[in-house]
Order: sequence, then C-alpha cells, then structure tokens
Amino acid sequence: MIRVRSAALNAMPPLLVLAVIVGLWYAVHALLGPARNFLVPTPGQVITDGFLDSRTRGQIVRGVWHSTAVALTGIAIAAVIGIAWAVAMASTAWAKRSTYPYAVILQCIPILAIVPLIGVWFGYEFRARVVVCVLISLFPMVANTLFGLESVDKSLHELFRLQRVRRGTVLMKLMFPAALPSIFVGLRTSAGLSVVGAIVGDFFFQRGTPGLGSLLQTYARLLDYTALFAAIFVAALLGVTMFGLFGFLSKLAVGRWYQPAT
Amino acid sequence: MAGTLIDLRDVEMRFPNGTVALSKVNLDVSRGEFVTVVGPSGCGKSTLLRVASGLETATGGTVTTRTERIGYVFQDATLLAWRDVRRNVELLAELKGIGAATRRAKAAAAIELVGLQGFEKHLPRQLSGGMRMRTSLARSLTLDPELFLFDEPFGSLDDITRERLNDELIRIFVAERFAGMFITHSVAEAVYLSTKVVVMSGRPGTFVSSFDVPFPMPRDPEIRYTGEYAELVGQVSHALREGRR
Repeated sequence: MIRVRSAALNAMPPLLVLAVIVGLWYAVHALLGPARNFLVPTPGQVITDGFLDSRTRGQIVRGVWHSTAVALTGIAIAAVIGIAWAVAMASTAWAKRSTYPYAVILQCIPILAIVPLIGVWFGYEFRARVVVCVLISLFPMVANTLFGLESVDKSLHELFRLQRVRRGTVLMKLMFPAALPSIFVGLRTSAGLSVVGAIVGDFFFQRGTPGLGSLLQTYARLLDYTALFAAIFVAALLGVTMFGLFGFLSKLAVGRWYQPAT
Repeated sequence: MAGTLIDLRDVEMRFPNGTVALSKVNLDVSRGEFVTVVGPSGCGKSTLLRVASGLETATGGTVTTRTERIGYVFQDATLLAWRDVRRNVELLAELKGIGAATRRAKAAAAIELVGLQGFEKHLPRQLSGGMRMRTSLARSLTLDPELFLFDEPFGSLDDITRERLNDELIRIFVAERFAGMFITHSVAEAVYLSTKVVVMSGRPGTFVSSFDVPFPMPRDPEIRYTGEYAELVGQVSHALREGRR
C-alpha cells in the first residue's frame, strides 16, 4: 500500500512537467493564430489526424516495424563484433595497442559524412541501413565491454592464477561474467544510437522499404505537419523503448547480484 | 625436517625499481605448525607470502614447496559476486576439474566446517564481512590444503568478528593439521593463533626474531587474559619496536 503510494508520488513531478509542456504547446498553437498554427499542430490534432488516420497510421506502423528490424539487426551485429573485439584487446596487449586507436577514430567520424559512401557500397536498402547502425553503435559496445573486462579485481585474477587455469577459463568464468554489467551499459547506449542510425540511414537512402526516416522526409516535403509530429513521436518512443528494453534485460541478467552505485 | 612442506632459503626479492622487499629470509613450516609473520606495514610480509605461493618469483635464494595442495586466503574475501555461497565454495574444485558430485560433497563439508549452513543460497552482497571471509576459507578448504597461506585475512574485520574467526581457524587447524603460514600486523592475533611467531622488519624486509608459543592447541580463549600471554605479546611487540629502528 505504502509502496503504491510512493510510486504515485514519484510519478507526480514528471507528470506535472508533462502537463506544463502540453499546456505551453496549446498556448503556442493559439498564439500563432489561424494563419500559421498549422506549423504547430496540437496534440489532439496529432492524435486524430496522425495516429487515428488509417493511411498515416498504416505508414507509420510499417515504418516503425522496418526501422526496428534495422536497429535490432544493427545492435546485434555491433554487440557480436564489439564484444569479440574487446575480448581480443583484453587478452593480448598488442591487439589493444594496434587496434584501439581505430575504435576511437571510428567514434569520431561524423556518421553523416560516410552515409553516402555506405549507400554506394552496400546498396540503398536493408543492408546499407544496418551498416550505418553498426558503425554508429559499435564504439560504446567496444569501450564498455573492454572497461568491464579490464576492471576485474587483481586478486581475483591471482585466485585463478594460483589454480593454473587456462586463459579461456579465466575469460569464461571470471572476466566475462564480471564484465556483464558493463556490457549491458554498452548495449543500452548502443541501442539508442542504433535507432538513430536506422533513421538517419533511412532518411538518406530513401529507397527500399520506407522506415521512419523516409516517412519523416516525405511528411516534411508534403508539409503534412500533423503526420510529421506523429512520426517524430514514434521515433522518440522507439528510442526510449529500446533503451528500456535493454535496461530490463540487464536487470534480468545481472540485477540479482549487481546494483549500480546510483 | 621430515614433515616440512615449505622451505624458504636465503630468499631475496628485489623489485625492478631497486627496492629490496626481502633480504635473506629463512623459514620452514611443517605439518602441524602454524607460523605467523608480524611486521609493520610495507615491511614485505605480503611479498613473502606471494613468493611462498608462487604468485611471484624470488630474485634470489630458493623456495621449495613439497605439496601441490596449497590453500591461499587473500586480504579480501575475493568472492565472485554473481555466485552464491555454495557455488563460490565450489569454484576452486571446479577449476581443478573435479566432478560435480564430489565437488558438491566437498563444498557442503567445507561450508559446515566454517559454520555457514543455511547461507548456501546467499549472494556475497547479502553477507557480512565475517561471513564473506568464512566463505573464502571454505573455498580453500575444498582443496584439502596441506599448506595453508593467509595474507592478513582478518585485517578488515571488527575485533569481535576477528576473535571469533581466530577461534574458528584454530578449530579447523586442529582438525585438518595443515602447515599454516599467516601474515598479520596484529601482535595479539599472531600470538593467539600460532605455534610460532616470526618478527619481520622493513627495508629491507628480513626476520629479526622468532618466538615459540607454548600454549596448547586448541587455544582456550581465556589465555588472552593470562599474564603469560600478556608477557609474550609484550616481548613480540618489543621485538617489533627494536626492529623498526
């Protein structure tokens, strides 16, 4: 009972902020006057003309589906490559010395700069979009996994060393489980980025099955601002859902024994 | 000596930066002996234990161990946070490739020996510092160690827990009759636990004196309040002060 009440109390402040934002929104719409208020459709219009309109809704649902598929494929590939790369770097000093700088450089390349090239190389459809997602979400996977693998307590390593076990055993029974919380931090960060990658790739390529990115551009070009707002909401919601999904998976996997400091 | 399980002869440890952590250290420990090394912090006593265990290689002298069954207890409990007590206790046997059934039986026996029955399913974060250390002890016990090395295992515990664990350790020592080598900076703990106390001084780390402890095993906790005990503690403390000069 008390727990329910405190949960409600916790939800109060953000709900209040939401109410203020929605209020301001209606105010701006009213202030713009009938000539220009099409620029900021009200939440009501976004719901009725965007989500409740069957044509727009159909487009957005298919778009979300496509972008989700792209983002999830991207994050899966980034996770496999990122973890393998980090394991290699944690195992041999030369692998780290020779390849880590490139992981950092990869992170620094503005993704928009290489998206056109990716289109040229990989075609303009599913595959190219996934490549964009992988590129954008790889670094957080590598960096967080490496951090996790390397922050294992020295005396734990010595405990294993005293038993003269193989390095593969140390990796599987000590380093990898110890790194799991960090790996999930990486996954959560990468998941959000992967959604960005899916939309950016889509926005640029404009071919193949339209995802959220194509829709955003189409609606902007058609000056259909209610539909644009609806698509933006859904894109934001997708990012938040991905973040939440991996947060939930993290709780399932390591929540029993790992409690973040915050 | 016949039952000698570890023999250190003229051991020297010189680090690459020139620090001499150990110089001409001689020590042997036999089955049924419990030798404690006391010394000020930074005198090299932990290095000595690391050399004895093979974690580090001495730069001079010889280290001979006559058993493969070596237990090592670290300053921290060094438990795996994702494993419960039982699976933590099973870890070393698991790494040695001992089958699941034997491993379980060994772990159960060790858990009982350290008095952790009923906590098998607890995770390390749900345990007190003393219980974590018991888990760590139990884990080493599954190897049936003939030589048991302790690197200030109770240093971070409160006095009440520490005294209780000292008694537990003595009980286990009496039951298992291993050769014990224990590092501490507490003189009272050293005298209470051991059959022999060795005093070490720092820079370079070397032994300055040694004392045989005459009290019978298992120790009667009441000896802590006898004049004999106080006198021996006084002598060891005095040697520590002398060595520091």
